[in-house]
Amino acid sequence: MSDNLIFGAEVFLNGLMAGVLYALVALGFVLIYKASGIFNYAQGVMALFAAATLVGIMKGQVPFSHLINAIFGTEVHYFGWHLPAILGILFTAAVMVALAWLVQKFVFRHLVGQEPIILFMATIGLAYFLEGVSDLMWGSEIKKLDVGLPQGASFWLEENTQWMGFGNENFYGFFIDKLDMFATVIAAILVLSLVIFSQYSKQGRAMRAVADDHQAALSVGINLNFIWVMVWSLAGFVALVAGIMWGTKSGVQFSLSLIALKALPVLMLGGFTSIPGAIVGGLIIGVGEKLFEFAIGPMVGGATENWFAYVLALIFLVFRPQGLFGEKIIERV
Amino acid sequence: MNDMSSEGYTTADGRKIGGTLMEMKNITLRFGGVKAITDISFDIKEGEIRAIIGPNGAGKSSMLNVISGFYIPQEGEVWYQGAKRPQMKPYEVARQGIARTFQNIALFDGMSVLDNVMTGRLNHMTTGLFAQGLWKGKAEAEEVENREKAEKIIDFLEIQAIRKTPVSRLPYGLKKRVELARALAAEPSLLLLDEPMAGMNVEEKEDMSRFILDVNDEFGTTIALIEHDMGVVMDLSDRVVVMDYGKKIGDGTPDEVRNNQAVIDAYLGVSHD
Repeated sequence: MSDNLIFGAEVFLNGLMAGVLYALVALGFVLIYKASGIFNYAQGVMALFAAATLVGIMKGQVPFSHLINAIFGTEVHYFGWHLPAILGILFTAAVMVALAWLVQKFVFRHLVGQEPIILFMATIGLAYFLEGVSDLMWGSEIKKLDVGLPQGASFWLEENTQWMGFGNENFYGFFIDKLDMFATVIAAILVLSLVIFSQYSKQGRAMRAVADDHQAALSVGINLNFIWVMVWSLAGFVALVAGIMWGTKSGVQFSLSLIALKALPVLMLGGFTSIPGAIVGGLIIGVGEKLFEFAIGPMVGGATENWFAYVLALIFLVFRPQGLFGEKIIERV
Repeated sequence: MNDMSSEGYTTADGRKIGGTLMEMKNITLRFGGVKAITDISFDIKEGEIRAIIGPNGAGKSSMLNVISGFYIPQEGEVWYQGAKRPQMKPYEVARQGIARTFQNIALFDGMSVLDNVMTGRLNHMTTGLFAQGLWKGKAEAEEVENREKAEKIIDFLEIQAIRKTPVSRLPYGLKKRVELARALAAEPSLLLLDEPMAGMNVEEKEDMSRFILDVNDEFGTTIALIEHDMGVVMDLSDRVVVMDYGKKIGDGTPDEVRNNQAVIDAYLGVSHD
């Protein structure tokens, strides 16, 4: 096989893996949008906040230590413990549930029935607020997140795919990061359980009902607040998973919150209301931008990854505004 | 508790009506300076079909919304099953066994007919989040049981043929019937129908009347309904409250109400002064 073809295949595979990470972020958007019609701009910041909290809890960092030290003239920084990753993740999940409850109680409960644009503005405010809180609580320096996920190239995969070169001596097998493979498995499990949850469980059914019609949901005895807190908690949990993956890959830092913007084209493709759509959309964007960079990039001077996703989204907006899997927009006259 | 012991009665067609299920005492509801309901009292007895009628804007829908907890009256008390009802959210009222339909149909458009009816069963599902998520033992048995109850109601209302159809595709009359099915699926102690026949043609109205009578007969469900079409209501209901301009102007059997001068004036349009 020729060098180019093999390299292209590897780019494709790595694109798939990157796509999974986009999909993880998009999933958080879809959950909240489906159940409350809110486009949650803060989803990326939630991932950042979750990752920072996880690092802080595992290191035993005292939250708000800078603030406390500045006010009381003390010198506290650490509790002096190191928690195992699994405990840290559990505590962080609890923090995300608490956050969901606070967000619902202090923000969105007061905005029920408002225009979508107002809800959207509220999430922008929430994003900046949460970003500030995150810095204040855990400090703004770039943090290293290590929850013991496998990292680095998989030699097993390289050795076992070497034959695919069919005698090409430049080929040493496919190079794929173990973290990416792990993320793929996690994302698959997450999506499967979310789909089962929303289709077959009592709360899932209630969630779909709330998404459809508030009054009717109330009339069958659904507590709207409970469902919204539940949905924000789920989105918080998805943000935590995304935060762990991205944080492990490239450190916990502000730019983590910007991956939320990459999730936008994913949503345009997949449709704002489809969980499987978020996954397929993520994969298409991931693979698309990597292959485009590989095939067309050199001709136009590279850096196509920065804009490819958005142009693709634009094309979708023009020709298929509901996305690949979104509910069809039917206008009755 | 003496409200529960208040006497029942026997209807003209020989059905036995029980004690008081719900009692509204001196209800007044204001929106800003506008009085939607002024000092209205009436009761609903177990097993009866109780109608609230009146011309447009009489405050009937407001009254139904007070019963179902969507509106909170400024004055007055709501007594339900022998106890004074504290201030409640609509979903809490629903969990007490009061189901309702809406004048402008409120269905879950994204779901099939069966799924819509199943949402009516939500309060009969007790297994927790995790058991349900894992889809095991009790949760499964419960799902099957609830599914059977939903199917029974679907059969009863003769909508088997469309059970898998997304409700957004259904014509108006069928949507109304699906909404009734969802309310019935909750096995309510009190069923509230907000203009169940509004916008229907004669044939659809006859079907709906038949279903309402059948529901009352077969399940013994107490029904309170709002309608402004006098003719339909008189054939259907055991007792009728008549409202006009937010006030109660008549209360009694259809015959009593029909001969009530205030009611005749309200419907034929005598000047209010």
